[in-house]
Amino acid sequence: MYPWIWRHLPGPLPVRVTTALVLVLAAAALLLLVVFPVASSHLEFWTPAL
Amino acid sequence: MIRTLVRGLSELAVTAGAVLLLFVVYEVWVTDLSSDRAQDRVAEELREDWTTGTPDPEPDLGQAFAFVHIPRFGADWTRAVVEGTDPDELEDGPGHYVGSAMPGERGNFALAGHRVGRGSPFLALDVLRPGDPVVVETVDAWHVYRVTTTSVVDPRQSSVVAPTPGGAANGEPTGAFLTMTTCHPRFSTRERLVVHGELEGSTSKTAAPDGPAALEEV
Repeated sequence: MYPWIWRHLPGPLPVRVTTALVLVLAAAALLLLVVFPVASSHLEFWTPAL
Repeated sequence: MIRTLVRGLSELAVTAGAVLLLFVVYEVWVTDLSSDRAQDRVAEELREDWTTGTPDPEPDLGQAFAFVHIPRFGADWTRAVVEGTDPDELEDGPGHYVGSAMPGERGNFALAGHRVGRGSPFLALDVLRPGDPVVVETVDAWHVYRVTTTSVVDPRQSSVVAPTPGGAANGEPTGAFLTMTTCHPRFSTRERLVVHGELEGSTSKTAAPDGPAALEEV
C-alpha cells in the first residue's frame, strides 16, 4: 500500500515528500477530530463514576 | 505472491500500531484541550447566572451549579461542578451524582471526576490527606468539608455514594458528607479511588465575601 502510494505521487522528490507529509497529517487529523471522538464515546472506558 | 501478502499484512500491523498510539495520545492529552474549554465555558456561565439572579435550585443535566475549591491541589485550584455523571457531563468537569445531596445539605454530596484525560480534574485525588479542606461554593454560601478517609474500592461498590457513605442506598443520612470518586489506578478503571469528607461548617457569602479561612490552608 505505502510503496504503491509513493509510486503514484507526482512530481520531483521534494514535492513527493511534502505531499506524503500532508497525507499523513490529513490522516492524523481525520482520526483525532472525527474518528476518535466517536469511537471514544462508544467505548466508554475510564468512566470514573460507580 | 506470498511476499505481497506478508508485506501487506506487515503494513497493516504497523498502521494499526500507529493508530493505537495516536489514540492513546488523544485520550490522555488531546481530550484535555476540549474539556478545558468546556470547563471554562460552564464556569463562566455559572458566574453569569449568579450575578443575574437566583439560579434554579435543581440544575439541569450538564449545568454547572457550584464550584469546588481544593487548596491542596493549588491555591487557586477550582472547578465548576456540573449535574450528572454520564460521560457527556464529565467531559465538562467534575459531575454531581444525580439524587445525592446538594452542597451543605444532610446526606452525601457526591462527585465523580476523570483521573487522566478530559481535563483530569481528580488526577491528584490520592494526595488528599485527612483534615484537608474541600470548599464548595454555591450562589450564597461557602461549605467547608474536611477529608476523613481515602479508600480504593471495586467499581460495583456503589454504597460509597449512599446518603451515609457505606450505608444503604435509600437509608437516612447520619450527617452531611462529601464523596469524590475517580478512576484507579491511573490509566485504568479496574478500581475506584474514593475520598470521603464531612461538613465542618457553612458560612454565607454576605458574612465572608472572599471565602472562609480554609481556602488559604495547606
